[in-house]
Amino acid sequence: MTEPFLKVEDLCMTFRDRKGGLDVLRGINFEMNEQEFLCVLGPSGSGKSTLLRLIAGLLKPSAGRVRYNGSDTPPQVGLVFQQANLMPWRTVRQNIALPLEIMGIEKAEIERRVAEMITMIGLEGFSDSWPSQLSGGMAQRVAIARAFIQKPDLLLLDEPFGSLDALTRERMGGELLNLWQAQRTAVIMVTHSISEALLLSDRVLVFSRRPGSIARDVSVGLMRPRKEELRYTPEFQNLERNLRSTLQ
Amino acid sequence: MANYNHQEQTDLRLQSTDKPALEYLARRNGWLVAVSLVLFVVLWDRIVNWGHLPAFLLPAPQAVWKKLVTMISNGMLLDHAWVTLYEVLLGLALGSLLASLIGYALAKSPLLEKMFSPYLVASQAIPTVAIAPLLVIWFGPGVFSKILVCAMTVFFPILVNTMIGFRAVPENLGDLMRSMRATRLQKLRYLEIPSALPVLFGGLRIGATLSVIGAVVGEFVGSDQGLGFLINVGRGQYDTPLVFVSIFTLILMALCLYGIAMIVERRITRWKTIHRD
Repeated sequence: MTEPFLKVEDLCMTFRDRKGGLDVLRGINFEMNEQEFLCVLGPSGSGKSTLLRLIAGLLKPSAGRVRYNGSDTPPQVGLVFQQANLMPWRTVRQNIALPLEIMGIEKAEIERRVAEMITMIGLEGFSDSWPSQLSGGMAQRVAIARAFIQKPDLLLLDEPFGSLDALTRERMGGELLNLWQAQRTAVIMVTHSISEALLLSDRVLVFSRRPGSIARDVSVGLMRPRKEELRYTPEFQNLERNLRSTLQ
Repeated sequence: MANYNHQEQTDLRLQSTDKPALEYLARRNGWLVAVSLVLFVVLWDRIVNWGHLPAFLLPAPQAVWKKLVTMISNGMLLDHAWVTLYEVLLGLALGSLLASLIGYALAKSPLLEKMFSPYLVASQAIPTVAIAPLLVIWFGPGVFSKILVCAMTVFFPILVNTMIGFRAVPENLGDLMRSMRATRLQKLRYLEIPSALPVLFGGLRIGATLSVIGAVVGEFVGSDQGLGFLINVGRGQYDTPLVFVSIFTLILMALCLYGIAMIVERRITRWKTIHRD
């Protein structure tokens, strides 16, 4: 039997401090395959971000484990946070190039791939701008481009549009959809927006209150490739209503 | 500080305008400095004249000027200034090298910091002037002991700035580097150094002027060359013009060093001065 791309087994996380411990995650179990887009929905403080950090290998779990193709070493991971987290001393172009420079890819190849990526995210005129000159939406586009450019095996998005205004947020959701459809990878995205989760993902994990555990595992059977207009179909709106009732 | 703020403001205004305006402003600022210098000299001249002050107390600007011209023409000023500059630069280099290496280690290891911070704080309680004689006794009256005094003077402020700079590296960016599997060296090169650089330069700018003070202190304690030595000689002979020429040269030296450090800093941290329209 082949091992699943990602397998999370009985994952628990307790943060220790002097007063004792804070149970953040309790008994998380799920599997996903290498082309799946997974969304994690849940109340604040239910350990969604912690789950991403555990999967990225940035934290060690208190119990349980994460297996990647049957091994313990995490795959190539692309991270996007709620804040763009760009390096303010690097231009847009240099920020996007960072993962490639760290991988030691040769200069000409980096330049080619970065230029291509900048066109894809529609920031052609801004290659040499500094992050302080960008709007929130533009900065987040750069952050997403930085995560995509290394062609990661797994993309971890932690409320990537959480700090944007509603309109920009919807547009960015559509852009992410296009980017992902062009370059299919496994994605786990934490979000607070039900419609965003439905538009993008194949499957939604709904978390319970702290300590977080999986309350529901919902398959989103909507056809692909998807377009933003999907939001206005009755099918979509039924699913949205259904999910909203479990979250309350 | 006021001067620094002023510079910043000018910079911001320059962002929005184009080249000719920039040159115009620079010229106008230059004029202001020139006007204030002329006023200063005139005031000085009037005080000497109206107060009937003897030359050994306060020499007239003309006397200082004459002294300057002779000292330049016989090569004396440049010889001594060169010695002092040499001490200042080598001391600054040595002090900031040590301070940034140790500062990095202390910023990275709380254990090391706990072990060494009492010594560091204690070392700040002793004025350099008190230690300089020891250094001269141990290392002789030559240039080397002065370099050590300079290095000592610049060490602490640069150390503190290094620690602050490296401690303030954003954690999220650290996570990002880890998720990209950056090696320790890559983390240093791509994240920690660029992130700490503005604060490091702040320390270097302060260190540059402090190093001048260190050199003079060292030369006062015991030496046979340098601007501090000249001031000592001038004091012994009541040759106040000599003292004034030496002091002005020191001021010029400190200003130039500060200016160079600032220009390099601006160049390297260009991203900090550019703002959104």
